[in-house]
Amino acid sequence: MYGWIWRRLPGGLPGKIIGSLLLIAAVVAVLFLYVFPWVEPRLPITDVTVGSLGAP
Amino acid sequence: MRTFVRGLGQLFVTAGLIIVLFTVYELYGTGFATSRAQAGLARDLRQRWQQPVPARPPGAAGPIDPVQIGTGLAVLRIPRFGKDWIKVVIEGVSLSDLRDGPGHYPGSALPGAVGNFAVAGHRASHGNGFLRMNEMRGGDAVVVETRDAWFTYRVISTEVVDPTDTAVIAPVPDRPGVVPTQRMITLTTCDPWYSATHRLIVHGVLESAIAKSAGRPPAVLTS
Repeated sequence: MYGWIWRRLPGGLPGKIIGSLLLIAAVVAVLFLYVFPWVEPRLPITDVTVGSLGAP
Repeated sequence: MRTFVRGLGQLFVTAGLIIVLFTVYELYGTGFATSRAQAGLARDLRQRWQQPVPARPPGAAGPIDPVQIGTGLAVLRIPRFGKDWIKVVIEGVSLSDLRDGPGHYPGSALPGAVGNFAVAGHRASHGNGFLRMNEMRGGDAVVVETRDAWFTYRVISTEVVDPTDTAVIAPVPDRPGVVPTQRMITLTTCDPWYSATHRLIVHGVLESAIAKSAGRPPAVLTS
């Protein structure tokens, strides 16, 4: 998968490096801004309340 | 076959990296949003405190008025966590409330009132506010600032309980149904760190109430 992407990035070695960094940044941004905030409340790791008064 | 195995390997490595990134997000990423929210809440609260006191309905009990879910209620300081450890306590303990800071269990006593002022907070993630709650010892100060007063509580006990143990936030902690006579505070967070199998509970009792016009309590003189 990564080899396939690397071969398709344009612009010789400098272009490929810049393109890779941009792709990594985009993926990290999507994860941090959309995926992780969606996942977090669905995992039982952040409950801090007792009983039914609080969140599940 | 070789392509398949290589693809599988890359998939696993990618999954591992995503999990590492998720912990980074939990421990630090969520903190950015929380500190921004805290700054906004603090600004709103100070602004509200500047305004004249809204007229109280006759017979309203308690030293301060309740507030809407999701808005700032009081300012919490725990000197053991450092003099810069200052958090706005929000009304409400849903996950979305607690994203912005420690939350007051609705229906539990208000700061300084007879009963149990119960507050939940994240130990890991969202600013790691209650991260060092396990370091609290008997006699430690927990200072709550409201519009008009400073309430200094002293820790009297800590315990680790099951998540279902609501008795810890009863008006008289661990004795549900008993009519309270003391002014207590209870802080709840998850335990062990980064897990939610148990709850770490810290109880305190009110030591002093000082009107703001009379200055700061000794416990926060340095902050």
